[in-house]
Order: sequence, then structure tokens, then C-alpha cells
Amino acid sequence: MAAPNEPLAAPGPDPFPGPGRRVVAPDASASGNGVSIAIDVQQLTRRFGEFTAVDRVSFQVKKGEVFGFLGANGAGKSTTIRMLCGLLAPTSGTARVGGVDVATDPEGVKRSIGYMSQKFSLYEALTVDQNIAFFGGVYGLAGERFAARREFVLDMAGLRGREHTVTRTLSGGWRQRLALGCAVLHEPPIVFLDEPTGGVDPVSRRQFWDLIGALAAKGVTVLVTTHYLDEAEHCHRLAIIHRGQMVALGSAHELKGVFNERPILELQTAHAVQAMAALDAMPEVEKTSIFGTSVHAVVRSAAVSPAQIQAALEAQGIVVTGVGVVTPSLEDVFLDVVERTEAQAQGGQAA
Amino acid sequence: MGAGIRRVIHLLRKELIELRSDPRLFGIVIIAPIIQLTVLGYAATTDVKDIPLLVVDADRSAASRTLISRFEASANFQIVDVVSGGDQVDQHLSHGTAWMAITIPAGFGDRLSSGQGDTVQVIADGTDSNSTGVALGYARSIVAAYGAEKAVELRPAAARAAPIDADIRVWFNPRLESRIFMVPGIVALLLLVVTTNLSAMAIVREREVGTLEQLNVTPLARWELIVGKLLPYALIGMVDVVLVTLVAVFWFEIPFLGSFPLLFLCSAIYLLSTLGLGLFVSTISATQQQASMTATFFFLTPMIYLSGFTFPIENMPGWIQYVTYLIPLRYFLVIVRGIFLKGVGVAVLWPQIAALLAIGLVLIAMATLRSSKRLA
Repeated sequence: MAAPNEPLAAPGPDPFPGPGRRVVAPDASASGNGVSIAIDVQQLTRRFGEFTAVDRVSFQVKKGEVFGFLGANGAGKSTTIRMLCGLLAPTSGTARVGGVDVATDPEGVKRSIGYMSQKFSLYEALTVDQNIAFFGGVYGLAGERFAARREFVLDMAGLRGREHTVTRTLSGGWRQRLALGCAVLHEPPIVFLDEPTGGVDPVSRRQFWDLIGALAAKGVTVLVTTHYLDEAEHCHRLAIIHRGQMVALGSAHELKGVFNERPILELQTAHAVQAMAALDAMPEVEKTSIFGTSVHAVVRSAAVSPAQIQAALEAQGIVVTGVGVVTPSLEDVFLDVVERTEAQAQGGQAA
Repeated sequence: MGAGIRRVIHLLRKELIELRSDPRLFGIVIIAPIIQLTVLGYAATTDVKDIPLLVVDADRSAASRTLISRFEASANFQIVDVVSGGDQVDQHLSHGTAWMAITIPAGFGDRLSSGQGDTVQVIADGTDSNSTGVALGYARSIVAAYGAEKAVELRPAAARAAPIDADIRVWFNPRLESRIFMVPGIVALLLLVVTTNLSAMAIVREREVGTLEQLNVTPLARWELIVGKLLPYALIGMVDVVLVTLVAVFWFEIPFLGSFPLLFLCSAIYLLSTLGLGLFVSTISATQQQASMTATFFFLTPMIYLSGFTFPIENMPGWIQYVTYLIPLRYFLVIVRGIFLKGVGVAVLWPQIAALLAIGLVLIAMATLRSSKRLA
């Protein structure tokens, strides 16, 4: 089942662990007995009947880190977060959040975390102030501390002057920031955000990520799931989840290293379809895709020069007006990792 | 514990704000019970009045006219038509224009004066068996009274022939008005329907919107959640008790002989079971629609039929009678009718009060155990 990954040339620690392999953050040992480790997940598994939603996932998140969980819908991101929040019992494996085991003390976990779920989770009939007062009250905030936190949330969400607005009438971005504010009212050291930016406009999304960055700068650990690959660039480190398994782990830069030895060429041509067919037939080309008005081709070796490919195409009568090496995007990485995992799974089944 | 109570108060305040901001809910809670009590107070009657009656008078004698006039004089009958032949009986009964047809045979008057006696045929529409039974009773007594009168006319000595006479006194509802029996029952019924439905929605609504998951990651404990969710509906229930009691007493002039504080206390105990039932439904439903359907079809409807609200429990088959012991409404009906109409107190009603308390506590305990903070 756990077929060994083919070796990938990547700088630093291997960002593409085989499923079930123990993963230690690069500097975990250096910081002394995991004191700086906020979240420690080992072999975490959750089954629903026959279906394995989360399959032997292991990772560690350092204090103050923004850790991103990437994956398609249904890949197991939310199930993992729910287990880490003490909302769902793990089937096997362990997870320690703020040093507390989620399986044995789920209520203890809840004291040190903030959680914002996929669904909009405020009371729509209540005003901004009433929502803040309610969540403050439930978290046991009172007096000066509550007053200070209320100010903080109003400033953070940009809702000053709208304290008495009914939440239902707020726009998506405001609601999202208010929900985040209510989730961090009690100043939790660890915050879980499950698809926090779903359905929010790009400007509000950017503002939201600025808030996440500000929290992390103050030492708050943030674990965030998303399927917007562009915004995943904001995370310090990322894990890619596919069919319940963690298939890649590392910084965005490390993950992009998967293309160091397999550069992506961008070719400008008026005959994209013919160019793709010709490229696919070349042994040095691994795969091709249309990217806007140009063609992207992943070549099998860094030794293959763009000029060589251009010449080969023009030899077949396909005019190439421009060619160069492009920096891979996270989307390239994500699709590449998923394709390779699928191919391995197919190979495993065939064997 | 102190922190827990503060959390409950925050939850309570939030619930009340949500209730206040939902005008439809306000209508369900305050207006609907009053309207229902008023409408049902008039409609839910088992009294049989103005029965449409077809008279077939084949005799056309003084005696037949006297008998017909007795029916005319009765408030229970409304004569539709007086005809000579029986061929219209079928048509009237089929169309429902008459519920009953009485046929006075030719020669009725002559046979009566000669002291022979005679038979009057009564044909009744039996589709509504209860009302027909009552109507037949009225018809029989009118005919019998006229017969007895005629007998005395012919032989005065016969009047003293009957050796036993029943001297009837009806207590608690001397005029046997069904409204006096029904209205206190409707009070109990309304309280069940309103509070069970509301509490069935209470937790499901938060689950549907997603706020329940948010609450589940807070330090809010299970008992705090349940107390905070149920207390507002208990308060609403008590307001409803006062409102519907006022309507019952001042509008329908239902006698209220017992103690109002006792009714209030018993209502609070009854609410434990209605709210507990709703909460239990809440824990086995995923959406508000499911909760409402489950509450209505699996619990409320059978409960109302089996509670003794309309059909006497004593007439049900033995095994069903055992089932009725599980129904809170059964006990509360005895309590409201007892307090309203008989003026009895705890000395008489304690078995019902104890049963309600037990059922209520068991239901709330079951619901609390089921509503785990963990999703699995």
C-alpha cells in the first residue's frame, strides 16, 4: 500500500513524504523537547465506516507559524481540523494541540484554541456588539479585559461605527472578519480556520490574510485550510492533502523545488494545438498544458534547453514567437503532486 | 459553577434577542395559542344540536301533529321537511340534507287512542356514529315521553306503575356542556404543541446554521447549553399558561375552582416533559424540517389521540391503555380538569404530578446524553 515515492530532487528536507512516514519539523529538535511545537500530529487517522477520510497524517506546526492545508473538497482537510479541535474523535494516531491530547482531553484542547468553521458561524439576528458580547460571555471574559478585547475586535474587523448593525446585513468580508474576531476574542494561542475565505471577494480575502499575518506576528499559531492556491502562498508552510493522505509538506518554495530538475517552458505560438501534439510526441517532454495564449511544457531534465525545444518545433513547421522558463505556481505544484500520486496509486493497483 | 451560570445567562440573553427579532416566532408563541383556544373553544364540542330531521307523516292526524310539534320544540332538532310518502328519505339521507328521518305510519292516531300502541320508525345516518348515537337518544326520549303522556291520558293509574325513579344530579358540569370539559383540555394540548415544537427547533436550528459547531468548541458545557436553550421556552410556556387561562376563564366562562399557583406549578412540571420531548427530537434530527415532522407525526399526533383528550382511555383496549401511561398529556389533562372544574389539590393530584415529574426528568436526561458535544 505505502509504495515508496520515487526520489524527488528537492532542496532541504524532503517535502514529499510517503504516507505513514514520521515527519519532524526541521528545527523541532533544536528548540528543545518540542517547547516551540504548537501542534503535533502523528499517524492521525479517521474512518467513517469503510471510508478512510484521514489516513495516517503526520506533521508538526511551530508556534507562530501559519500552516496551510491544501486539498480538493473532500480530501480530508475539515475532518483533520475537527479532530484537532476536539470535535471529532480520531480512529487512531495521536494529536497534541498546545500540548494537550485531543483524544483524551478534548475539553482541555478547547480552552487553548479558536475555531472558525466553513459555515458562517455568527448569530445573524444579533448585532455586531451582541455577537461580541455573547462569545465574550461564553469564553468568560468580563470587565476591563472584555472591554479591551471588544475594542480589538472592532478595530480588527473594521466595524467601528457599525456596532449596532444586525450581522445579517453585513457584507461577506465584514462577517468573515467579525467571525475571526469572535474566534480569537479569548486570545487563544492556536487558531484553526476552516476555509475562512470561501465566497469572499478578492479585496476582502487580502485583508483577511493580512489579519492572519498580524496574528502570527504576535505569536499565534494558525492552521488554515483553503483550496484557493494563490492565497496559500501566504502560509509559512503547506501540507497538500489528497484522498486523506498527506502527499507533500514544506514551504511554498520547497514545494516548487519539485520542478528544479524538470523546468516548465512557456512557448508562445499561434498554433497551440499543433504545438501541444508535437511536444507530447517528444521524449524529453513529460507533459503539456494550455496556459492562456501560450503552451506550457514540463521537460524531463534541466539539461534540455528552451532553444532545443524551439528548434525541434520549428523543424516541424510550427512557428514559436517566444520561449522561456517560467517559475512554477502552487497550482502547478498541486496538480503535479496529485497527478503523480494518482499515477502511483494506479501502478500499485496494477502490480 | 458560577462561571457556568454566567454562561447560561449569556445564552439565555442571546436566545431572547433572537426570539424578539423573529416576528413569526412571536406570532407562534403568543398570538397562535390565543386564536387556537378561541377557535377550538367554539369548534371542539361534542354537543349535538339542530339535527336536520325529515318527518314522513302518513297519518296527518292530531296525534301525529302533536308528536311533530314535540320535535319542533326541541333545540336538538331542526325539521327540514314534512312529507307524506317515504320515497324522499333515501335522497335526503344520501345528500346529507337530513341526518334522521322519522316515519309516522297511517292509522297512528287511531291506534294510539284505542290504547293499542304503535311503532314509529326512525332511520338515522350512522356515518358519524357518536353524534348519531346522541341524536337517537334525544329522539327516543321525545317519543317515549309522548307515549308515556298518552298512556297516562288513557289510564291515569298507570302513572304510578313505575316503581323506581332515578334522581339525577350532575356535579362539576351540571348542564353537561362539552365546552366546559374541552376548554381546559385545549389549554393542556396547546402547551404541548407549542413548547414541544419550539424546543424541537431550538438546537436543530443552530446545527443547521452552523453555530452549534462554534458553540461546541467553546467551554460551554452540555448542561449549560440545555438549560440556556430550554429556559426561554419554559418562560414562554408559562406566559402561554397565563394567557390561555385568562381566555378560558373570562371569555369562555369556564369555572376555575382550584388554586392558580398550583396550576402554575403543575404547568412548570408538565413543561419539563414537553420541552424534554422536543429536545430529544432535536437530538435525533438533522434539520428543522425533520424535527418538526418527527415531533408532529411520531409524537404529538398519537399522543393527542391516546391522551384521553377526546376519546376516553377507559374505552381503549388493554394494551393501548398501558401505552397511555407514557403520555404526559394524559396526566396533565387530569390535573387541569381537576383544578379548573373540581377545585381539587395536591392531595388528589399527587400521582399525576409525580408521573409528570418522572417522565420529564427521564426525557431531559435522555436528551442530554444524546446531545454530545462531540460529533462522533
